[in-house]
Amino acid sequence: MNWKRSGIAVATLVPVIGLFAWGLTRDPNNIPSPLPGREAPSFALSVFAPGQGELQRPVGDTMRLADLKGKVVVLNFWASWCLACRDEHALLSMLAQEYAGKNVQFMGVLYNDVPDKGRAWISEMGGQSYPSVDDPGARVAIDYGLYGVPETFFLDVNGRVAYKHTGPVTPNVVHQKLDSLMAAGALQGALEVTKPAAKDIKPAEAR
Amino acid sequence: MTGMRGFRGAARAVLAALSLVAATAVAQAPDLPAAPKSAPQDSGALRVKVQGTLTDAQKNDPKLEDKTKTVASELRCPVCQGLSIQDSPSELSQQMRTVVKEQLASGKSEQEVKDYFISKYGEWILLEPQPHGFNLFIYALPAALILGGAGLIVLLVRRWTTAGVTAGAGPDDNE
Repeated sequence: MNWKRSGIAVATLVPVIGLFAWGLTRDPNNIPSPLPGREAPSFALSVFAPGQGELQRPVGDTMRLADLKGKVVVLNFWASWCLACRDEHALLSMLAQEYAGKNVQFMGVLYNDVPDKGRAWISEMGGQSYPSVDDPGARVAIDYGLYGVPETFFLDVNGRVAYKHTGPVTPNVVHQKLDSLMAAGALQGALEVTKPAAKDIKPAEAR
Repeated sequence: MTGMRGFRGAARAVLAALSLVAATAVAQAPDLPAAPKSAPQDSGALRVKVQGTLTDAQKNDPKLEDKTKTVASELRCPVCQGLSIQDSPSELSQQMRTVVKEQLASGKSEQEVKDYFISKYGEWILLEPQPHGFNLFIYALPAALILGGAGLIVLLVRRWTTAGVTAGAGPDDNE
């Protein structure tokens, strides 16, 4: 009888403890986005911070996703009130310069903030190499299923969301994603030149 | 079906109580990552500009307001803990409510508006999981446990009482 009882106790407790143990390995803040693999939501947003050097875009210029087709796009949502954005700012700014002249467009999207504060923040942080656009009413942020800032989206040359990164980016993540997306884009370009009919080769598989 | 609805009602009441607790917790939390502490002063002007797609008649339409409330109550605020965008005072929730209202005003059905948010945030955005597939487990489990528990009690009571009768109300043979 005692064996039976302890058997029942173990059979009840083990699954419960197992479930809790599994739950502890998961980050409740990490909610998978349905966007990767899908076409990136389009946008047309006005530049409020121009960026520097060859990456510069005039203030007031409209940046459209449609115009960026054929380029790998790094879309970084940020705000001046966001602490974690300070951690990644210098890195993103440096990486954008590193990838300047390549087939990559870095852009910042201001989230729930006002352009004046955004500009003040940029000068406080020592400048931003790539342009930033304003997103009034967080329309584009909602379209991208944003939870908070910073969040960074990597779009492939076909304008699809390839990857979403939550929190400050790391050099490894950016290098790895950009290099693979650029390689996939170059491969696709080469295939289109030599074999225009080779549509069954998806660039995502080159990763 | 009424049993399911009753359970869902009870679950909703529990959720409401929990979200109240969460709301106070959120209100006390000093530094939420996505809730702008220094709320932009001129964001009002900003929002007016964005809300431009709604006509004055639509803004004051009580029917549209009711529909917006219904949909907004079912959508989860992404920057809160267990709050709907209807109940949350956060900036993002307000903006999401505006999106809900605009989409409803443009002729989308309530389900289509919810589908839009599901396509952006996943099913997670729904406060109440949709009763299909694996989710059915959540709805079926409490009923199964209650039925199983009741069955177990009936079984045990029956065994104890018959054991008592056959043993002549003597002490249990376990002891």
